[in-house]
Amino acid sequence: MPGVSHQHKYSEYLVVGRRLPTEVDPTPKLYRMRIFAPNEVVAKSRFWYFVGQYRKMKKGTGEIVSLNVISEKKPLKPKNFGIWLRYDSRSGIHNMYKEFRELSRVDAVQALYQDMAARHRARFRSVQILRVAEIEKTEDIRRPYIRQLLTKNLKFPLPHNRNKNYRSSFQAKRPSTFA
Amino acid sequence: MSSQTFNRYVEVGRVVLVNQGADSGKLAVIAEILDHNRAIVEGPTTGVKRQAIAFRRVNLTPYVLKNLPRGAGPTVVKKHFEAADIAGKWAASSWAKKLAAVERRKQTSDFERFQVMLLKKQRRSVGNLNLAKAKKANKA
Repeated sequence: MPGVSHQHKYSEYLVVGRRLPTEVDPTPKLYRMRIFAPNEVVAKSRFWYFVGQYRKMKKGTGEIVSLNVISEKKPLKPKNFGIWLRYDSRSGIHNMYKEFRELSRVDAVQALYQDMAARHRARFRSVQILRVAEIEKTEDIRRPYIRQLLTKNLKFPLPHNRNKNYRSSFQAKRPSTFA
Repeated sequence: MSSQTFNRYVEVGRVVLVNQGADSGKLAVIAEILDHNRAIVEGPTTGVKRQAIAFRRVNLTPYVLKNLPRGAGPTVVKKHFEAADIAGKWAASSWAKKLAAVERRKQTSDFERFQVMLLKKQRRSVGNLNLAKAKKANKA
C-alpha cells in the first residue's frame, strides 16, 4: 500500500542454474525456475532442492547463473489467481488447488501460505507451489468464494464496521457501527 | 435485507472517508471491490493515491458516483467526482463541519481556550438571568 510501509514477506525470483562446466561438457544445460521465497538465500536453496528432484544436480557441483526478482506488471489491478500446490501433511502428501483474489502473484502466494497455516497448520517447508496462474475468464473460476465477488454490480453493506477512531475503551455513547 | 435497514453500501462509485493513516480525513472513491474486506480506492482531487484499502480504515459516506465504470482510472474518477460536485456537497454537510470543528478545537491555543471559557460564561449568565426573570414573573 502506498503511503504505508508495507513489506511483502515473499518475493518471486527467477533462478537460473547449471552444472559446473567440465572438459566433457563445457556448456552445461541451463535450468530455470520461478521460486517464491522470503529472500535470495532461501530462493537459491529451494532451487537446489527442487532441481535435485528432477535432475542429477547438486549445489556442490553446480552454480547459480542468475537470480532476478520478478515484479508485478500491474500491481493495482485486482486479479484472480489459481494456485496448484503439493502439501505434505502429517499423514500423507496431497495435491490441492486454491483460488485467491489479490493484486499480485506475490500477494496470492502470501495469502496461500497464511491460509495453509490457518486451516492445516502447514509450515513453509511442507507446502510446495506447483503453479500460479491468473484466471482471466469468470467461467473458469472454480471456487464459489471467489466467484461470488465477480457478480455484476456487486454491492454489500458493512453491518459492523468498527471505526478505529474510538481510541478509548469506554465510551459515554454507544457508537454507531453501520449506516 | 430491506433497503431501509442499510442505506450505504460498498459499491463501485461509493465515496468513502479515510479515517486512519496518512490520508486520514480525506475523501476517496471506490474504483473496484477487491474482496469482502478491501477495495481499490482513489481520490484524484483529494490527494489519496490509488491503493487497496481495508474497509475498517474507511467510513462510507452517503454519496455515490452513479455510472462510474468498474476499475475506472484517475481521469474518469476525477471527471465523475467533479461532475457530481462531491467536494461541495461534503463541505456543506454537517459531518464535515463537525470534523472541522473538532480539528479547530484541537488547534486552539491556551489563550483561545481561555476566550472560549469567557464566552461560555457569558452565554450561561445570559441564560441564568433570563431564567431568574421568568421565575420572578411567574411568582408575581
